[in-house]
Amino acid sequence: MKKSLVIENLYVKSVDGKEILKGISLIIKQNEIHALMGPNGGGKSTLAQVIMGHPGFVITKGKILVDGKNITKLSPDKRAKLGIFLGFQYPIEVPGVNFANFLRMAANENKTKNEKFSPIAFRNLVKEKAAKLVFSEDITKRFLNEGFSGGEKKKAEILQMTLLKPSFAILDEPDSGLDVDALKYISKTIMNLDFPVGLVVITHYQRILHYLKPDFVHVLINGKIIKSGGADLAEAIEKNGYEKIFNKK
Amino acid sequence: MVMKKSSIKNNSYTYGFHKPEKSSFKTPLGINQKVVEAISNYKNEPLWMKEFRLKALKIFKQKKIPSFGPDLSKLNFDKLCFYNSPSNNKFRKWADVPKDILDTYNKIGVPEAEKKFLAGVEAQYDSEVIYSNLKNHWEKLGVIFTDMDTAVKKYPELVRKYLGTLVPVDDNKFSALNSAVWSGGSFIYVPKGVSVPIPLQAYFRINAKAVGQFERTIIVVEEGSFVHYIEGCSAPIYTNDSLHAAVVEVFVKKGARVRYTSIQNWSGSVYNLVTKRMQIEENGIGEWIDGNLGSKVNMKYPALVLKGKGARGELLSLAYAGKNQYQDTGGKAIHLAPNTTSTLISKSVSRSGGRASYRGLVKIAKGAKGSKSHVRCDALLLDDKSRSDTYPVNDIQEQDVTLGHEASVSKVGEQQLFYLMSRGLNETQATSLIVNGFIEPIVKELPLEYAVELNRLINLSMEGAIA
Repeated sequence: MKKSLVIENLYVKSVDGKEILKGISLIIKQNEIHALMGPNGGGKSTLAQVIMGHPGFVITKGKILVDGKNITKLSPDKRAKLGIFLGFQYPIEVPGVNFANFLRMAANENKTKNEKFSPIAFRNLVKEKAAKLVFSEDITKRFLNEGFSGGEKKKAEILQMTLLKPSFAILDEPDSGLDVDALKYISKTIMNLDFPVGLVVITHYQRILHYLKPDFVHVLINGKIIKSGGADLAEAIEKNGYEKIFNKK
Repeated sequence: MVMKKSSIKNNSYTYGFHKPEKSSFKTPLGINQKVVEAISNYKNEPLWMKEFRLKALKIFKQKKIPSFGPDLSKLNFDKLCFYNSPSNNKFRKWADVPKDILDTYNKIGVPEAEKKFLAGVEAQYDSEVIYSNLKNHWEKLGVIFTDMDTAVKKYPELVRKYLGTLVPVDDNKFSALNSAVWSGGSFIYVPKGVSVPIPLQAYFRINAKAVGQFERTIIVVEEGSFVHYIEGCSAPIYTNDSLHAAVVEVFVKKGARVRYTSIQNWSGSVYNLVTKRMQIEENGIGEWIDGNLGSKVNMKYPALVLKGKGARGELLSLAYAGKNQYQDTGGKAIHLAPNTTSTLISKSVSRSGGRASYRGLVKIAKGAKGSKSHVRCDALLLDDKSRSDTYPVNDIQEQDVTLGHEASVSKVGEQQLFYLMSRGLNETQATSLIVNGFIEPIVKELPLEYAVELNRLINLSMEGAIA
């Protein structure tokens, strides 16, 4: 199991040259929960995608390390194999690709021949994990995110995480657009993961943080982390808003 | 079509091997009256058939090559061998088939498939059918499944009743060519009220270099009966071009149903120029499942002629155009009677500069009131070098009809790839998944063994494309 994900002084531009991240540094250790907050357009989703290796961005300076191994230039699949997971803000629909088959293929990637899941064993495992997130239909029979409601897509991302067992997971707004019950199922699932993981949860809301109780809260504005603190920082933001706290000067 | 796992990984075309050419009879290169007569004489045919061929030869010479679609100007008839017989015999037991030929079919997996899940098999090697066998049970019920040459001799009245009535000799240059030099192909007759629930399969293999294969197939399914016919094709990889020009005529009688599944996986040196037509009578159902993976140039537009009221027709067409491939495929629905319905669904995948076109015709004749037709074509492009076109034609001569047409073109998106790769799949695996997902609506209509094989073939060609 990997012990640390380190982001070191990261500068990132979009492909068309716009500077988005301007010197981000973060250290995420196993079993820690970090909340990443900040107003829209500040660079939170970009940071999440850059950690996963999205080809649409250019890293101009800095690096990303997993247990000291520099992963800055690796393709997304290689990062996934090193234990990185990204829960997408807007999960992508892939028509005709069965959810369970796809996920089994992914889950088996890192396994030796003897450890690989059989289709039936994996299907049962998916059903068991899915039951805790409460899906209205049997997800093992559906195509990947195709025709899923907004809530189902968010739940399915968390379900994928529980089955892929990453060492570090960045969850990009896992709570947006969820009803009260779905938020509860998702939060409980995250709190009861049966493997050690370092989490970065991007969110606008205090609601999910009540469940998750983050160890650290970071505020990302205009490409920089301008403040880090404990759970009380999130409460202050919820109460007063970003402008009131950070525009005092 | 194949059911066997292959260990060949580097070459995306698994069936490109060839065996030494051993002919028992072969015509000189080119086509003329002497060649046509030699074929007929060698086959010891009745006079009516020889005359049919010679008349067709004249029409072939007058007809021009099609002015639409792919460029056929490089197709040189003078450099092709039009008849090449591998053996004087036809066999009913695999054990009797000459070793090289048996080896070929074993590699492709035909005898194994026959044992497992087919009611009958026919195997054509270059010009002649080398093996055919129908399981006893069906023979006893009066089902006929044999090669066309045998049918001409054993069931001449049946052959003469149907031959060339649905695809006239002068329909196009290649139907005329086939009529002049045809050899092999299947003849299927299912008597009234007999349902054959497990498929019959024909496997067409070209082995020799620069040879033409011209099989001729007739399927007649009488009132209330059912048959599912599957054909598969492959050939070695040669630098010289080969030509495959088949003619298929299918007759679906009142209340009968026929499903015709075709998986074309010719090698990249084959021109595949085929005319297929199905005529459906009152309340009958006709279905084409048409998979086009191989060949250099492919022109194939299976037609549904809805002749009786309430007749239904469906076409599911799949085309995969890789490097140096031009798939010009699609289908036709001709509504001649009231309350007939047709559905034409086409999916194409283009990559590495391949080109796929959908060419379709929906015709609703005067009097075909209450008819419905639905056309849908989807294209998936894997890169910027590849191309997809759609050429739909509607000819509607009746007011009271329903006609729907949908078309879409999509590219494998960066977002889809990133999403799948973020879960640990490499680019090849991710692309294969997207492609297999795209064609899933067609693959799910195939028998399981073929669906598995088709997915495997797609995965193999992806490995070649990206790795």
